[in-house]
Amino acid sequence: MADGEQSPSGRTSASGAWCHFHHGADIGVRGTGPTREAAFEQAALALSAIVTDLDRIAERSAVEVACEAPNDALLLVDWLNALIYRMAVDHMLFRRFEVRIEGRRLVGRAWGEAVDRERHEPAVEPKGATFTALAVDRGPDGSWRAQCIVDV
Amino acid sequence: MDPARFVNVGPTEWRVEPFGAMRVPAVVYADRPLLEAMDDKVFEQVTNVAMLPGIVEASFAMPDAHWGYGFPIGGVAAFDAEEGGVVSAGGVGFDISCGVRLLTTGMKIAGIEPIKDHLGDVLYRSIPAGVGSTSHIRLSDAEMDAMLAGGARWAVGQGYGLAADLERIEEHGCVEGAEPDAVSAHAKARQRDEMGTLGSGNHYLEVQEVAEIYDTDAAAALGLARGDAVISIHCGSRGLGHQIGAEYLREMAVTAPDHGIVLPDLELACAPLASPLGRRYLGAMRAASNCALANREILTHFVRQTFATVLPEARIGLVFDVSHNICKEETHAVAGRRRRLFVHRKGATRAFGPGHPDLPAALKAVGQPVFIGGSMGTGSHVMVGAAGGHAFASACHGAGRSMSRHQALKHWHGRKLIDDLAGRGIVIRSPSPRGVAEEAPGAYKDVHAVVDVADRAGLARKVARLAPRVCVKG
Repeated sequence: MADGEQSPSGRTSASGAWCHFHHGADIGVRGTGPTREAAFEQAALALSAIVTDLDRIAERSAVEVACEAPNDALLLVDWLNALIYRMAVDHMLFRRFEVRIEGRRLVGRAWGEAVDRERHEPAVEPKGATFTALAVDRGPDGSWRAQCIVDV
Repeated sequence: MDPARFVNVGPTEWRVEPFGAMRVPAVVYADRPLLEAMDDKVFEQVTNVAMLPGIVEASFAMPDAHWGYGFPIGGVAAFDAEEGGVVSAGGVGFDISCGVRLLTTGMKIAGIEPIKDHLGDVLYRSIPAGVGSTSHIRLSDAEMDAMLAGGARWAVGQGYGLAADLERIEEHGCVEGAEPDAVSAHAKARQRDEMGTLGSGNHYLEVQEVAEIYDTDAAAALGLARGDAVISIHCGSRGLGHQIGAEYLREMAVTAPDHGIVLPDLELACAPLASPLGRRYLGAMRAASNCALANREILTHFVRQTFATVLPEARIGLVFDVSHNICKEETHAVAGRRRRLFVHRKGATRAFGPGHPDLPAALKAVGQPVFIGGSMGTGSHVMVGAAGGHAFASACHGAGRSMSRHQALKHWHGRKLIDDLAGRGIVIRSPSPRGVAEEAPGAYKDVHAVVDVADRAGLARKVARLAPRVCVKG
């Protein structure tokens, strides 16, 4: 697989980086950062960027989500699926995230706004985060990576 | 994939004998070029499926097979509950009962050509498509449960559709055994605004021309003739199915060890058919299937309303409605013995051959219609089930992508692509130019090659080729 084949989209900031990577039919999301929380936040940015350019999204309101899982990998899937659920039910797009993880429990906040089809020109809706290419791990330099394929 | 990894059984059949933990062989239907073009992941996935408990005969992959989740897209596998067989949420996927229905219009394409742009505009306004789109339909809790139990039959009862449509839908429009109580509140909440919506991604509504007829008798039986204007709708169970898929996939992945199941890939998450979880998933999955059938029936109602205002002479009839992400309980003969099996088709279409008792009377002589969606530039195909009943009477479902969405974005620009297609006489209406670029015709494999191989392999018979004229994309 072209697991490491990154797309041209992606962004690096002081708090980490996100990118998309190749899957035959769908899209991989990858977040990296100095902490597990930062990697989860960056993966969420990659999720949002599947739908539209992040710069098009304004921060008008926030939602809070919480999830709990027996391991980091499932926690990532739960975090992304919780966001997908809020995107679908609240018709929201998000551009900033904050994650706290204590033990096996994650509490996150997401800032964004309601979908504006004219302004956002949303490309595709995420259906769910999958277990394919799922990984939450640390590199030799100690940085964290959180990734999986998202079905769209 | 490297053909050397297979035993070439014939020009369109490639086999892998069991090795390691495989319980049955793996069989891929393809010619050499299609096989060589497939991702290596297809080999891994089709052999992984062969390791699941209770699998019967073989793990199959259709000519359009490509890298999926656990199962390859284009994967078919059947399981016997009495032999410890499983049902796999991964094997059904997130878009439960995603499928295609084909409508006739009673008109020739020549009658539509002069108003094609206008028709595109009004269809785009009347068919909720794309991220964030909603219809006017809102269901109460009781109505939601009635819809999940009743499927298209419920939709017709509510005035969304015609009773005559029902016999042209798999399971006559209502999958028995649906259990609305097995569907979570989250899944129902996700569906609350999404009844009668098309979705996004590769989902579409197309007005098409019957451009070529391969089998005149079969085409006539389906009500198709060259030059006819027809309509294809491709979509599924929307947010409800996505949520059910995500929730049960997780639960099955976590509990697999409790059932003594070793998963070669977490995405193959499954539970014994005889277990409470397996039974609960079947009830939820069937409810999601009914949601998809109701949704496509409602979309058909919107199409009828739209045509009534723009082309009142049109008479919209249903040729057939097929699902291609589903697990169905069916009877099949295996080694001379008739067995009740749970057939998973992930990106594959049921293709009952002529004479099958579950076919409506009007289609019994010809076989079950099979719709192969291509891209918005290359067209689609109509086939019918063949007599052989290979791979538990299954056939392919589409062209399959040759390029990822991001590779497509490197190659095409949405607005230019829309202009280019307009120059070829194809009207595109979509809220997202980027979404159109991701679905560029060049990002898909050659659908004609796929259906040729399906025909030669005896999976289904070619009937007609459909050329796109108006396409509403989500």
